[in-house]
Amino acid sequence: MSIIGWTFFWVAITFSVYIGIAIWSRVKDTAGFYVAGQGIPSVANGAAVAADWMSAASFISMAGLISFMGYDGAVYLMGWTGGYVLLAVLLAPFLRKFGKFTVPDFVGERYYSNTARVVAAIAALFVSFTYVAGQMRGVGVVFSRFLQVDIVWGVIIGMAIVSLYAVLGGMKGITWTQVAQYTVLIIAYLIPAFAIAYTLTGIPLPQLALGKVLPRLDQLQYELLGNFYSQPFKGSWDMLNVFCVTFALMAGTAGLPHVIVRFYTVRRVVDARWSAFWALFFIGLLYLTAPAVAMFARYYILNAFNELGPTGMLDLSWVQNWAQTGLIRTGEWSEGMTAATLLSTIDRDIIVLATPEIANLSAWVVGLVAAGGLAAALSTASGLLLVIGSAMAHDIYGQIINPSAPDHVKLTVARVMIFIGVIIAGLLGIFPPGFVAEVVAFAFGLACSSFFPIIVLGVFWKRCTKEGAIAGMLTGLLFTFTLIVLMRADRVLGLEEPILSSFLGINAQGVGTIGMILNFIVTILVSLRTPPPPKEVQTLVEQIRYPRVLRAEELESA
Amino acid sequence: MAQMDRKTYWREVRKRTAWLLVIWFIVGYVLSIFLVEPLNTLKIAGVPMGFWMAQQGSIMIFILLILAYAIMMGKLDRAAGVEEDAGTTAPPSQAH
Repeated sequence: MSIIGWTFFWVAITFSVYIGIAIWSRVKDTAGFYVAGQGIPSVANGAAVAADWMSAASFISMAGLISFMGYDGAVYLMGWTGGYVLLAVLLAPFLRKFGKFTVPDFVGERYYSNTARVVAAIAALFVSFTYVAGQMRGVGVVFSRFLQVDIVWGVIIGMAIVSLYAVLGGMKGITWTQVAQYTVLIIAYLIPAFAIAYTLTGIPLPQLALGKVLPRLDQLQYELLGNFYSQPFKGSWDMLNVFCVTFALMAGTAGLPHVIVRFYTVRRVVDARWSAFWALFFIGLLYLTAPAVAMFARYYILNAFNELGPTGMLDLSWVQNWAQTGLIRTGEWSEGMTAATLLSTIDRDIIVLATPEIANLSAWVVGLVAAGGLAAALSTASGLLLVIGSAMAHDIYGQIINPSAPDHVKLTVARVMIFIGVIIAGLLGIFPPGFVAEVVAFAFGLACSSFFPIIVLGVFWKRCTKEGAIAGMLTGLLFTFTLIVLMRADRVLGLEEPILSSFLGINAQGVGTIGMILNFIVTILVSLRTPPPPKEVQTLVEQIRYPRVLRAEELESA
Repeated sequence: MAQMDRKTYWREVRKRTAWLLVIWFIVGYVLSIFLVEPLNTLKIAGVPMGFWMAQQGSIMIFILLILAYAIMMGKLDRAAGVEEDAGTTAPPSQAH
């Protein structure tokens, strides 16, 4: 059977599983809808977090990015994993004890202010909508590349599936489908990696095989490009930027609403800690394999160039297939071209999708990789849509506009809001704004400079006040937003060139680190100059530091 | 055995958290970024050590850090009598 046939086969099977789960997991109340009734076991929750986290970007693009960046790709490898340590020790167990439904819930209660709640809800909406546009686009792209379906229809099919399990089952449906999606995506990612590792080196484990491939790759890269794959700080990735971007990504991870809210769904505080462990373990299975995939792909491509030259390469079937999609611009090739030119004509996004073909793996593997890419995109999209729906239905409607509405009314509002969110996300996927890639820098920069500091201080520093938190959030938000727009004015505002090329040498992806530092400073200074939080809030902070509920007489003696 | 009091528990939690974050910083930043070039003169599993730390070792250690956290905090919970059973966890939608 051809690649298309196998892709249809795998997609049909996996989508049927998701639909089955949707029907099995339908919920009847808002506690089920928002936090899955807090009944998710830690291992399952960890797998769901991993699927939620690993988006189309992680699955499809990251190995390609690393392939082109070499050592410097560590910013993404460490940046997108190290934040889980921050989440585990600074946030997750305490927010789980706090209990409610969303991140704006915590901000609104801890900082005794509906203003703070609304600011947080708007920030959460902005971060989540921008992020989800990229996901729906990813769904459309995979459908069009692998199933020859028009991108628009691909997005619509994706929207239909997500609507089904998100509207029926809310967080419960989303969580259990994410467990299924994790299983699909990890199998789809690992099988090619193991197969290629074995083919290239005789060692099936990619992490050991890369030790044999890297020396050959370094040598080849030196001959063809004049530098080493493993060499640090190439080009614009100097030590300062590697540091700032890695830090912004780590702290941003711990500040993203759709990640934080995933720890509300477990039974107990201790499960939140273990869930964080399982999450990083499951994420690590992919992230520890990506560098190997990146090196294998790079090695194959440079080796083919070295042995066959451009004319020889044009005879390879994988080059022809991908040239047809326009993602390898063979039109720009010439007989005497350099390896550097060759690499510039290859779209980095094709690395994960093309490597099984490059290595001559069977069609069923290639089809499975497509199903894995869809699983990754849909799982992240659904997590984001829940944040969007809950920000509108719970944080704004349920807590501020009409708190006395009965639960079944709130549930209906929640379902309607998620559905509206799906429609908007779909439209953004069909008509993406020009700056979808910049959006990732925005999302992480905003999360690390607005949410991360005030949540951490909220747990660890009782003296942190509402005025401090609001001032800190706004400082971080405005600083980071403004600088990113200035540095990316060409993509975001349509100008000829960016208005600013860097901030003290730091690029747009790393400037959130500075915003975060400013947030901490402003929050602390303003808090010290404003009245301390009311007694109930200080009691709340005391309560969330301990796994079990403290009794009244215990609190008296504090 | 005398039970740990709450103040001590919270102090121990913060101390251990701080130590875990120190290791996190050393592994993720000092070894993988600031000292990557000197470290690259050594090799591990056929790969320059700084590079290996940045792309493989750091992730493995992050996973172990969270494991250590979960285990250590569980022990502390029991020592201070603050672990929860089914009856002492707050149900959702109830802030305390």
